[in-house]
Amino acid sequence: METTLVQESKPPKEKAKPVSALGMIAVDAAERRTPADEFADPSFEVQQLDFFYGDNQALTQVDMAIPRGEVTALIGPSGCGKSTFLRTLNRMNDLVAETRVEGKVLLDGQDIYHRQVDVVELRRRVGMVFQRPNPFPISIYENIAYGPRLQGKVSKADMDALVERCLHGAALWDEVKDRLHTSALGLSGGQQQRLCIARALANEPEVLLLDEPASALDPKATARIEDLIGQLRGDYTIVIVTHNMQQAARVSDHTGFFYKGRLVECTPTAQMFTRPEHQETEDYLTGRFG
Amino acid sequence: MAERRVPLAKRHRKDRIFRRGCQIIASMSAGILAILLIAIVFEGVGALNANFLSGAPDPDPAVAGMFPAIMGSLWLLVLTMLVALPLGVAAAIVLEEFRPKHKVLRKAHAFIQLNITNLSGVPSVVFGILGLTVFVSMFGLFGNERDPLLETGATYVDQFYNQGDFIIEVPIDDPMAPETVPVDGMTIYTYEGTAMELNLLGDDDDWPEDEEIAMRSLYSWDLPGRNKERNWWYFRLPFGRGVLAGALTLMLVILPIIIISSQEALRAVPSSLRQASLGLGATPWQTVRRVTLPAAFPGILTGAIIAMSRAIGEAAPLLMIAGIVFITRAPSNLMDDFTAMPLQIYNWAGRPQKEFHDLAASGIIVLLTALLLFNAIAVFLRQKLQKPLS
Repeated sequence: METTLVQESKPPKEKAKPVSALGMIAVDAAERRTPADEFADPSFEVQQLDFFYGDNQALTQVDMAIPRGEVTALIGPSGCGKSTFLRTLNRMNDLVAETRVEGKVLLDGQDIYHRQVDVVELRRRVGMVFQRPNPFPISIYENIAYGPRLQGKVSKADMDALVERCLHGAALWDEVKDRLHTSALGLSGGQQQRLCIARALANEPEVLLLDEPASALDPKATARIEDLIGQLRGDYTIVIVTHNMQQAARVSDHTGFFYKGRLVECTPTAQMFTRPEHQETEDYLTGRFG
Repeated sequence: MAERRVPLAKRHRKDRIFRRGCQIIASMSAGILAILLIAIVFEGVGALNANFLSGAPDPDPAVAGMFPAIMGSLWLLVLTMLVALPLGVAAAIVLEEFRPKHKVLRKAHAFIQLNITNLSGVPSVVFGILGLTVFVSMFGLFGNERDPLLETGATYVDQFYNQGDFIIEVPIDDPMAPETVPVDGMTIYTYEGTAMELNLLGDDDDWPEDEEIAMRSLYSWDLPGRNKERNWWYFRLPFGRGVLAGALTLMLVILPIIIISSQEALRAVPSSLRQASLGLGATPWQTVRRVTLPAAFPGILTGAIIAMSRAIGEAAPLLMIAGIVFITRAPSNLMDDFTAMPLQIYNWAGRPQKEFHDLAASGIIVLLTALLLFNAIAVFLRQKLQKPLS
């Protein structure tokens, strides 16, 4: 089996479907699901994943498939391990001392925890957007150029085109096109977060991990981020952690419910919100705890 | 509810008393500093003139100056920073940005960190002793400190002083060669380096009247003395009591300061920026180079300037390296003897005559001016370069 992550070929993408913006509700999401073989070629396949912070077990026996080109939401109460799980997908947990991973995380069939996997290339392919917007204290343009420049020289013309494409992709171009060379810190919180998404897109990733991307934003900015997720769906596999159940219902095709380090259930979003299989899921969704 | 209310007036009175007390104590420390400065200026301003800055130390206090000391301090400062800044910043990056994850290595990391903190509190005299063994004599590995085993950049000459008080030089290739025997017609050089032909006089010859001939004449019994002349690239092992050994010793003194202040500057960079960079597929080094270091740069620079002002004021370790010697010129190579401003001040202050004490005060004014200048630059840079990071 190929064990390096250096291969260039990208998996075939699904065509983006027209997506309604805010009014997207769970039932819509169910209707626009791809046929039943969507799990035939999942982007991520997680097998019996255990994760430890020191002696503290944060994830227990997580099995999950993340379908390609769709939006998967991870929900659950605080401390349930949903963010930890997200960060195992691009190995950001490597940065934390004394952590341990057992089990397998397959990206396109390759175990990303294999010894020979280049974590730098992994993180290029699996982009991440954090809870708090974290643009670099440099210009908007340079923020987008950061990722591509890590890999080598890019000509000015190519970079200009890339920056414009990514800003269009993150629905930010019209707002910033006249001030590309001013500091990114001058943008509003919501704009900063969309810049962070644009910055991740510049790396041409296959997967986008969003860790509560709207929790630091006001409702209007949140709506724009949700719009954007709808637009990116299809071109990218998206995994989003959210503590906002309505948000999960609005934006996702599949939802995984985490509780006490276990994946309680992972079903199509419509099914999760109408007919949850487990009592714990229903209790959480109906607000009996959280 | 309070059990028993303290009257409001009493609480306000306490507040007033405490505030007054703090104000008095604070103004006392400022007052002491002011008295010190005024006294120094009063004593030293009289001798402070152009000659004081450009002249050399002299047994006559009226014409003595501290040019060699100023130049010595400048040499020390430049050399010290050239070595200490890269070393200190690199050490801080390793300690702060490349923390080990393995348990044993983490213990080692904590141990090193603890020791750097301890080193910053070690009296500088101790570093002087260290510098003496490590840099001046190099554990005796390269022979005696006065008689270096390895050296390059020195040229040897045999010098004659002839009857007419002219200096005649003959360059020597091999320092171990036997003394030059004057031969009529051989090529010789004046002290200034002009080539001439030797005019050898016999035992019975009279000293020539003509000065042009006299300056290239020798009697056959004239004996040379062998002299070593050091070029600007002169280098030797061990370093000996030269300006390089002094600078490296000062480097030891300020290295912990630079490391700690650089670490603090790096720590002040929000970790969200590091995560953003790593999350975009940057290597740890790319993250340091492109995100963390630029963001920490103003802080590192300020720390470096504070360390510089510490280095320029240090006397104790230099005393161990250079001692109190009478130096009348600026250093001309890395191994040259040197003096520095604090040493010169110490020297003058130790003399019995009042005039020299005034010179010491003038020297202190010069030193303090340099120190205040450094601190002003540090404050200015901090204001100018510090930008919000998130």
